Amino acid sequence: MALESNSRYVAEYPALAPELPGQNLPWLQQLRKVGLSKFSATGFPTPREEEWRYTNVSAIEKKLFAPVLDFVSIQPDLQAIDPSWLKEHQLEESWSVVLVNGHFSAELSVLDDLPDGVKVVSMAAALMALPDWLQPYLGQAVQPGEHGFVAFNSAWFTDGVFIHVPTKQVLAKPIQILNIATQADVLATTRNVVVVDCSTETTLIETFVAATDDAYLSTSVTEVFAGENATLTHYKLQAESDKAFHFGGTYVKQAQYARFTHHNFAFGGLLARCDIHTDLGQASECDLNGLYLGVKRQHLDNHTRINHLKPHAISREMYKGVLDDRARGVFQGRVIVAEDAQKTDSQMNNRNLLLSNDAEADTKPQLEIYADDVKCGHGVTVGQLDEKSIFYLQSRCIDEETARNMLTFAFANEMVDKIKIKSLHDKVLEQVLFRFPQEGVEKEWL
Amino acid sequence: MLKIENLHVSVGDKPILKGINLEIKAGEIHAIMGPNGSGKSTLSHVLSGKSGYEITQGSVTYQAKDLTEMAPEIRAREGIFLAFQYPVEIPGVSNIYLLKAALNAIRKHHGQPEVDAMDFLTLVKHKVKLLEMDEKFLYRAVNEGFSGGEKKRNEILQMAILEPKLCILDETDSGLDIDALKVVADGVNSLRSPDRSFVMITHYQRLLDYIKPDFVHVLAHGQIVKSGGPELALELEEKGYSWVEGNQPGVAA
Repeated sequence: MALESNSRYVAEYPALAPELPGQNLPWLQQLRKVGLSKFSATGFPTPREEEWRYTNVSAIEKKLFAPVLDFVSIQPDLQAIDPSWLKEHQLEESWSVVLVNGHFSAELSVLDDLPDGVKVVSMAAALMALPDWLQPYLGQAVQPGEHGFVAFNSAWFTDGVFIHVPTKQVLAKPIQILNIATQADVLATTRNVVVVDCSTETTLIETFVAATDDAYLSTSVTEVFAGENATLTHYKLQAESDKAFHFGGTYVKQAQYARFTHHNFAFGGLLARCDIHTDLGQASECDLNGLYLGVKRQHLDNHTRINHLKPHAISREMYKGVLDDRARGVFQGRVIVAEDAQKTDSQMNNRNLLLSNDAEADTKPQLEIYADDVKCGHGVTVGQLDEKSIFYLQSRCIDEETARNMLTFAFANEMVDKIKIKSLHDKVLEQVLFRFPQEGVEKEWL
Repeated sequence: MLKIENLHVSVGDKPILKGINLEIKAGEIHAIMGPNGSGKSTLSHVLSGKSGYEITQGSVTYQAKDLTEMAPEIRAREGIFLAFQYPVEIPGVSNIYLLKAALNAIRKHHGQPEVDAMDFLTLVKHKVKLLEMDEKFLYRAVNEGFSGGEKKRNEILQMAILEPKLCILDETDSGLDIDALKVVADGVNSLRSPDRSFVMITHYQRLLDYIKPDFVHVLAHGQIVKSGGPELALELEEKGYSWVEGNQPGVAA
């Protein structure tokens, strides 16, 4: 049963469709059509679906969001962005692609001096100029029918980024995709395709921020194709507005020997869901890290799926949650080891720290193993601060409240410390300090 | 400096300490020895203010103040330092951060300004050298992944920097090889001064070869059953704890 806003989106789609990029591409029309029909049939996912059992998105369906249709109508939004505010979020020493309310802004983006052969192009422009480059990839790492959000994203996306790093290219600077929402009730729907060829080294940073305190719906789907022996480090900083709804999905295909490292910082949004799914080729490696910090009534859901398809691949996963007030954190981690994936080495961990009696953590690690010669483990904890550690700090002159704050911060900071880029590290650290009591945590001593 | 009078302590309904009397004057080193389960660690925990212990009788006076009324951090700021038997690992908090936070908490407690960043670094590096530690330890998370010996050394490093008045060493020798034991003992000896006292809690006499106590007390069944000079430790080593345990009247074996 689709709710009213869902059926409004579907009803308005025919009028909207001509404005969406890629109208002249039959293969893309087919993809959008599959997405639309899935969404028409099911709407957004419901807790009746196993992989959504802890997350009820009906709050999204009670609101009606509207897309910004074209690049011209984005102009007033761009004018409204304060340059000093932008500077806070745009990473120095990086190539930066700025998407505002779901549309690429050339003015705000910084793409000078890209090495020869490296493509960083808006999705709308790429669909016009480079459709043959996109066709083998778009919709291949995730099926439009995966679930309601991917379906919606496939049918409704207005723009995004296409990144292609050619063989043996080692990028000296990270590429940042900076997603900005500036309006209440806006629908920001973006689709990215990232292709990193054989033996490349790439760092990708996705940032989600808002220049508004209001509610909006941001859905972003990124499909990643890592060639043989490619190394991709992917950071995601989700710092949407307090009232925002966010869905972000990253779907990865790793060829043999490819290494994929993901760092997921889920801080913002009233309701946010993040999917990280990867298919592992032979002897490839993935390392998934996550930190979700929930306060007030935030609901932060993280869903990972690691598909060991071939032998000798290694997967590591560490997700941490800190939940205060009435916040709810969800971790669902699935590791699937196919019959052919012998000598798989997989370790999954999820640790949750509850700071209030009303906070909740739902954690569900799932191992599905069809091969017989594998090493797989998982560990899950949900708990409070360790009293022994608090006493140890007290015996070192630290009062109890400060000790609690220090330990909470330390718990989260372990994930922040994994960030290899100084400027990003500092930004994420700032976000962590901003969201939790700082009494007793002296930034300048860190 | 510290006066313990007729101290009775229970955990739940179970009495652990049954009337301890002990006076420690400034500059003295006291060793408290005893078999497992005699109440040695309970005594160190009670002195440092760990929760979960109920004082049912008696008093503990530290520098003319009622110690039992003070929160653990106040005791620490007033100069009591417990070197833990099992130092806790604290991932995410660097050693140097903790040292700075602790030192500044003491300074604040005494109405002094925060330590100057350069002075602090000079002090810390000096002490690190003294304990033959690698400077890299400062930037690692507190005790995380440290070997047993490194953890104990780290406790002594904290002690050297915080300059407490009463140092309680709880089984500091356990888990140390002979080289590490010497380094730790040298560190402790370098801190000896006329206004600093030590309580060394230990199962074995070994540590006392390197840190010479003024007094040795034997704890058994929650009471001090024998006190004497350093020679008592040697006698104990020779005769075993059954010798003193047997001395105690009225306790079922």
